[in-house]
Amino acid sequence: MSETGAEAAAAWPQRFLLARLQNAGEVFILLGSILRELPAGMQKLPLVVNQMAAIGIGSMPLAIIVALFTGAVAAVQASYQFRDYVPMIYLGTVIGKSVVIELGPVLTALVVGGRVGASVAAELGTMRVTEQIDAMETLGISPVRYLVVPRFVAAIVMLPVLTIFADVVAIFGGYLVSVLTLDVSGHTFVSGLKLYFKVQDVISGLIKAFFFGMIIATMGCHYGLRSEGGAEGVGEATTRAVVASCLLILIVDYLLASFLFRVLFA
Amino acid sequence: MDLTVARGESLVVIGRSGTGKSVLLKHAVGLIRPDRGTVRVNGIDVNSLGEAELLALREQMGMLFQGGALFDSMSVGENVGIALREHTPMPERQIDLVVAEKLALVGLAGTEALRPSSLSGGMKKRAALARALAMNPKIMFYDEPTTGLDPITADVINRLIRRLQERLKITSIAVTHDMRSAYHIADRIAMLHEGRIHAVGAPAEIQATRDPALRQFIEGSSEGPLLPT
Repeated sequence: MSETGAEAAAAWPQRFLLARLQNAGEVFILLGSILRELPAGMQKLPLVVNQMAAIGIGSMPLAIIVALFTGAVAAVQASYQFRDYVPMIYLGTVIGKSVVIELGPVLTALVVGGRVGASVAAELGTMRVTEQIDAMETLGISPVRYLVVPRFVAAIVMLPVLTIFADVVAIFGGYLVSVLTLDVSGHTFVSGLKLYFKVQDVISGLIKAFFFGMIIATMGCHYGLRSEGGAEGVGEATTRAVVASCLLILIVDYLLASFLFRVLFA
Repeated sequence: MDLTVARGESLVVIGRSGTGKSVLLKHAVGLIRPDRGTVRVNGIDVNSLGEAELLALREQMGMLFQGGALFDSMSVGENVGIALREHTPMPERQIDLVVAEKLALVGLAGTEALRPSSLSGGMKKRAALARALAMNPKIMFYDEPTTGLDPITADVINRLIRRLQERLKITSIAVTHDMRSAYHIADRIAMLHEGRIHAVGAPAEIQATRDPALRQFIEGSSEGPLLPT
């Protein structure tokens, strides 16, 4: 019996919800098998190192340029808002804090998520539709161990590393703009930076980066591995991986911030 | 459908595109789990196996995929040697020897360093065959082994499949719609049609059939009970 339009419309939210839930379930199943295969996958050191180079070193120029301008614009905007109200010694303070806690990890994750999430999804998606994943399984080799774990490990290690570089470069960018264009002395900027500097701020930023790395690798692998239907399917998987990474990064950012600053370091 | 393959036998499953021939093979190696029914290999229900046991069982199986499915991030030599590296403690030097031997077997000696992207269609299939043979499987599955190859290369592949089965006593199951290939490599041919086995028989019996659907298929005619899709 065919559905009427009204019935189909009524069933739509359920179907949508069910599809989302199923997708989320598959992500957790993948995460489960990643954890199970983690020890064995870690032994594939050359594969892990390759992925670290692709994800970490490959993303370095992008992350650095993004960070440089992030710091620069933070300096311009903060000084604009401070003018006549807040002493400029706090310029370094606010730039340092906002970069280390929020801008460094989140913006790095978003641009790396775009770059790495897309390339992982496209590569694994192409392997899926050309039966290379099937071939791997018939050769008795676990695709999770061989393909997913190295990418996962590389991402969770390299995202914090990239974030450290991004933090330093962004603060340097803020410093340059402050000293060269905003009439703030280098000494004032650095004193402000040191004032209220807390190591826990840096640590919380790196904890965020660790989770963002996890999100990027998991989404890329998840959508890549389940792509189907040739070039179009791979394209769709790539888009989905990037969109899902970016959304999850921002959502998890909020959750982690709540936990880190209201519970852990409160 | 119900189909049994004896040890050392070469079975060819023929049928039109989209009748589920490839799906049949993927069930046999456990890449797809059946909604209903069972698949037994050496008497073991493939579906009842856990991930680890399934991977172990697959070490005895080889599969040649339609497009070869070579890993394009690796060289031909790495492709052929990957199972040996993963599953055996064999030293690198010995792996290289086995890889060279398997490549020579399929007529691709000395191609270890080439990238899969630089190979022709026929070479890809032969390299993929070498990879599938690396672990000396007892059962080989061939998915459209000759599709997309020129007739001469197709004949090379057919002879190779036949030779492997005769000399190495490898049980082989191939799916194809290339009748030349089917007659060449089969001990027994089964036709898959509308989700069931429509006919089974030795190549000579199939060639002499009076069944209209089978007749139409093996003669490759658009006229008969099977409608063009």
